[in-house]
Amino acid sequence: MPHINLPEGLQGIRAAMAFRPETAKPLNELVEVLLHAPNSLTPGERELIATYVSSLNDCYFCQTVHGAIAAAHLDGDEELVLRVKADFAHAAISEKLKALLVIAGKVQKGGKHVTTADVEGARKAGATDVEIHDTVLIAAAFCMYNRYVDGLDTWQPHDEELYRQRGRKTAEEGYVTMSREYLPQTK
Amino acid sequence: MPHIQLPEQLPGISSAFAFRPETAKPLRELAHILLHEPNSLSQGERELIATYVSSLNDCYFCQTSHGAAASCHLGDIEVVKQVYADVEHAPISEKLKRLLVIAGQVQRGGKQVTRAAVEAAREHGATDIEIHDAVLIAAAFCMYNRYVDGLATWQPRNESMYAEMGAHLAREGYKTPSIRP
Repeated sequence: MPHINLPEGLQGIRAAMAFRPETAKPLNELVEVLLHAPNSLTPGERELIATYVSSLNDCYFCQTVHGAIAAAHLDGDEELVLRVKADFAHAAISEKLKALLVIAGKVQKGGKHVTTADVEGARKAGATDVEIHDTVLIAAAFCMYNRYVDGLDTWQPHDEELYRQRGRKTAEEGYVTMSREYLPQTK
Repeated sequence: MPHIQLPEQLPGISSAFAFRPETAKPLRELAHILLHEPNSLSQGERELIATYVSSLNDCYFCQTSHGAAASCHLGDIEVVKQVYADVEHAPISEKLKRLLVIAGQVQRGGKQVTRAAVEAAREHGATDIEIHDAVLIAAAFCMYNRYVDGLATWQPRNESMYAEMGAHLAREGYKTPSIRP
């Protein structure tokens, strides 16, 4: 049972967002810019970073829903998502993304863990400053979203098909549009 | 030196905001709602939660600037220092102490928050929204702190600069830059 009285029937962050729509707005806008808006990193790559950090933080809801969104962007390749979570160094992803995942893993431990060598490694593999910035901020942001979802002890049913379907829809429509499904419509 | 080419002469998160205005907008808005907009928790209390979490995460820029904002609201830097040093004996309400316990648990990880900690906050008068906001402030500072340190932003040791920033934050909130190059 959640720690506070959240709206029933909404999973994970949706319940928290419906409880407090004022903070839901910037939270959805942030994830929209980071993961869905056009970027030199593909949406699939950015969703893999979000999924990886959420798995390091052991957040079931976030790693499952973002894993599903990532797979939807990657031609339904759920195996690749599992591989990235388990052992990204041997996953079929670019060297650049591997180097960015190293940085994301450091950020998950703490900002000061990121080393100049990590950043040089990403740059050598072709990462731009904006890509390094976005990786740091995606990883930092998921250290927030994961804590928000688990810190309130939200309802996180284990229903892979539900997340798979939602993943496809979110991959297509983005986060702000999807939020209309569960946020109270005030304006 | 920062890990990426950030605009010079802007300290801490200000340089990252200037580098990427698209993400700065929701990041500023989130801080503004959580820390500045009207709430049953005072601005000073919310800044103390932000400061406390930033000190646990060892982020110099965030703990110093939010500590300065908190002391502006509370009229006293001593309270801020006492909260860093020892929450239980700081001159703050029992309710805020219980919310700081929850914030400290969130800092370690969302699953660390215990039912007992939430019950204790409730017994001291915390509402569901206050518990929600304490959790989200703590979670958000686990983001802001990692963002500021993960880019190795410039964080000058300059007390008067932070005092000015704190005064600006306390007065104006977070929607506009608190410092200019």
